[in-house]
Amino acid sequence: MEDSKQSNNIRNQFKNLVDIVKVNISDYFMFFALVIIMIIFTITTDGVFISSRNISNLINQMGYIAVLAVGMTLIIVIRHIELSVGYLAGFLGAFAAIAMTFWGWPVYAVIPVVMILGMLAGMLTATPVARLGVPAFVSTMAAGLIYRGALLLVTMGTGTIVIRDPVFNAIGNGFIPDLPLEGLLPGRHKLTLLIGLIAIILSIVTSIKNRKTKLSYNFSVPRTSLFILQLVLVSGLIGYVSWILSGYNGISWSLVILLLVVIVFQFITTKTPLGRHIYAVGGNPEAAELSGISVSKITYIVFAAMGLLSSLSGIMYASRLRSATTTAGLGFETDAIAAAFVGGVSAAGGVGTIIGSIIGALVMMSLTSGMNLMGIDISIQYIVRGAVLVLAVVFDRITRKDK
Amino acid sequence: MQTPILEMKSITKEFPGVRALDNVTFSVRQGEIHCLVGENGAGKSTLVKVLSGVHPYGTYSGEIFIEGELQTFNSIRESEKAGIAIIYQELALIPELSVYENIFLGNEITDGMVIDSNESISQAVDILKKVGLDVNPLTKIKNLGVGKQQLVEIAKALKKDVKILILDEPTAALNENDSDNLLNLIRGLKEQGVTCILISHKLREVLEIADTITVLRDGRTVVTLDAHKDVVNEPVLIKHMVGRSIDNVYPKREKIQPGKEVLRLENWSAFSYNLGRDILKNININVHEGEIVAIAGLMGSGRTELAKSVFGNADGYRLSGKVFINGVEEKFRDPGDAIKASMAYVTEDRKANGLILIDDVKHNISLANLNEIVTGGVINENEEILVANRYREQLDIRTPSIQQKVRNLSGGNQQKVSLGKWLFVHPDILILDEPTRGIDVGAKYEIYTIMNSLVQQGMSILMISSELPEILGMSDRIYVMSAGKINGEMLVEDATQENIMQLAVDY
Repeated sequence: MEDSKQSNNIRNQFKNLVDIVKVNISDYFMFFALVIIMIIFTITTDGVFISSRNISNLINQMGYIAVLAVGMTLIIVIRHIELSVGYLAGFLGAFAAIAMTFWGWPVYAVIPVVMILGMLAGMLTATPVARLGVPAFVSTMAAGLIYRGALLLVTMGTGTIVIRDPVFNAIGNGFIPDLPLEGLLPGRHKLTLLIGLIAIILSIVTSIKNRKTKLSYNFSVPRTSLFILQLVLVSGLIGYVSWILSGYNGISWSLVILLLVVIVFQFITTKTPLGRHIYAVGGNPEAAELSGISVSKITYIVFAAMGLLSSLSGIMYASRLRSATTTAGLGFETDAIAAAFVGGVSAAGGVGTIIGSIIGALVMMSLTSGMNLMGIDISIQYIVRGAVLVLAVVFDRITRKDK
Repeated sequence: MQTPILEMKSITKEFPGVRALDNVTFSVRQGEIHCLVGENGAGKSTLVKVLSGVHPYGTYSGEIFIEGELQTFNSIRESEKAGIAIIYQELALIPELSVYENIFLGNEITDGMVIDSNESISQAVDILKKVGLDVNPLTKIKNLGVGKQQLVEIAKALKKDVKILILDEPTAALNENDSDNLLNLIRGLKEQGVTCILISHKLREVLEIADTITVLRDGRTVVTLDAHKDVVNEPVLIKHMVGRSIDNVYPKREKIQPGKEVLRLENWSAFSYNLGRDILKNININVHEGEIVAIAGLMGSGRTELAKSVFGNADGYRLSGKVFINGVEEKFRDPGDAIKASMAYVTEDRKANGLILIDDVKHNISLANLNEIVTGGVINENEEILVANRYREQLDIRTPSIQQKVRNLSGGNQQKVSLGKWLFVHPDILILDEPTRGIDVGAKYEIYTIMNSLVQQGMSILMISSELPEILGMSDRIYVMSAGKINGEMLVEDATQENIMQLAVDY
């Protein structure tokens, strides 16, 4: 009797767990998919894929697309599209190269100027959209053509412009310095491990603090066992990633920039009124306007942020190549849009998260990296990436239906 | 006894966490007008969706028989083939296409590969005659009024071989005249042998037209009444619908002496660039503290435009005239300014421009006043939960949780969320645009009770309504609008449905 009751209880708990997974499956699916993709490539490449060196490379290659994907997410959330970001990134990268190489500007002046230019460019593109209701598709495609022309124009005389500034070139190729502790943990990047440790401690402390606040409000919280499981999983993940990165050169400057971008945008979108307003405009622009939210202001802000991120992308790419080329930025917008959609953003507006798009970018970049390691031809790579994109969106549609 | 044309037996339909239909039995006789009534969330729409194949066979339990034959619809197309046509509250016409093109949409008459326009038009003329609509079949839908569009929708249904015509709240958006026409048409169709199922919140209209009335409550069939034999009247129906009797549809309110003037419009006019004409002409109105002022008028008389133009002019009309709030002249640049001046506007169409349907209850409630729950630039989500729960309790919003997406709530509960959102702004002046449109009697009563308690606390309400009984039952003072002008003002004591209507139709 007691036994059957207990087994019933366990069965119910299991059923609850299954229900929770079912309800949230579309939220976590891409994360699982990412893990599975990584495991598959690790097996097919005899562990080369998950090696410190490859993961480090993968992140550096992903950086300039991932920052674009963050901005693109917000653009799509407010029901628009940005087709000019690739060429804008390319043009601004060339601008930075010219400013440093030909005009002799110091790198610390070039970077902020380029970022401001990016923001202004975003606002310029947004103007016909926000003021007159011109479709963003048209406005940004036109802007893209103009930046493409501008890039060709400024590189016409010289072709590729080589950048020699070591600080600038470190952005896409360099790593943060290590702690001067020779004897300790040889072959490991100590500062990376230390940062990982700090991140773990911070995440545990804030989680506990949030739980306490919730309790002080008398809100229900997950059971202690579940809570601890969650802490262990998150800490384990951070720890594992830091451990892998510490095995090569540690955290790269690209990753630092990407993390800062993600933290800032994740904070704005989830914690601030501005973020709430962005999702409200995406969910129902008319209702948002009547709630005292200026739709045109939000449109300007989101496009300006996209422009700013395009400038970062341009800087990261030019730095990675140590030069500005005539083809820089080609197709970036497609990769960014793909990452956002794989990450669960909805073209109908109002749905999509920063973290989701980063996972989307990781999925796409893992595919490229893994297939490169396996020596798969580029033609097949395109086909596979296209198939994954459409499958991800189809799966998202199916699981979100009826909810 | 003859086989019923439609029989639904023991229908049970569950959604995650909710049993929307619980063993519902519903039987319709050949050639009758069968009305389906019930509170919002009672399961009427779900029942229709099961019947029409929107919820395919297998996703519910129970059986559907049409003329004695078991049906297993997997899509709307299959139910249409079986002779079921549904006309939804939200019309499904293409505005840019003509009347005849809409009527034959999806079933075009072709000559070889080409659409035979002449044949289509001549058939359309015949069908339009059937529904008593006298328009040129080449007219674009967007140039017709809502009432006529509804008739086109019915014509479209009739063109297919319809056995059972289902109308979901067909008169919700119609004025009295168009409603009467529509009801007459339904009677005419009955004579031609079409069986009609009518879903409606307007009980008077139900009593006028029904042969049989089925009442649903909480997903169950409560009773099926024969309108010709049983004792059927409004109180009886209401009692079945809510499970309790409502003595009076309009709760009593201690009338208090109105306080100081809180809102005044002087020579308020608006010009619409889209329409190229004045939509509001020289409007002078005022609202006092603790007062419910109603704006009556037919659809298209400019009532909503008046509210929106005052409330920050989101539609961008060219305005002239003056607005005074608490005696001070204000110039609002956008709705945000109006909110800061302690106004609130609960929109007429909660789905189109009132709520973020894909977002949850708590985010919708806090949206217009996030500043109140922000500390150091960050939204305090715990405070947000408290706020949302407070309004959930105060307004009795029935939802499994405040994390529930608003689109999953019934109309009445959505309206309460909308109301909660605007009460959280702590307004002095609350504009309610059709506060009870498309919601059931029980929820209406609750909304009226809330309105009464708000004005008793000193709030002022400007209510726009198409329902004359509601205006007479709730307001203190009435302005009647027609063609963008105020045609008259009267105290509720002096008002009757007739004299309001007279002013409303006087251009």
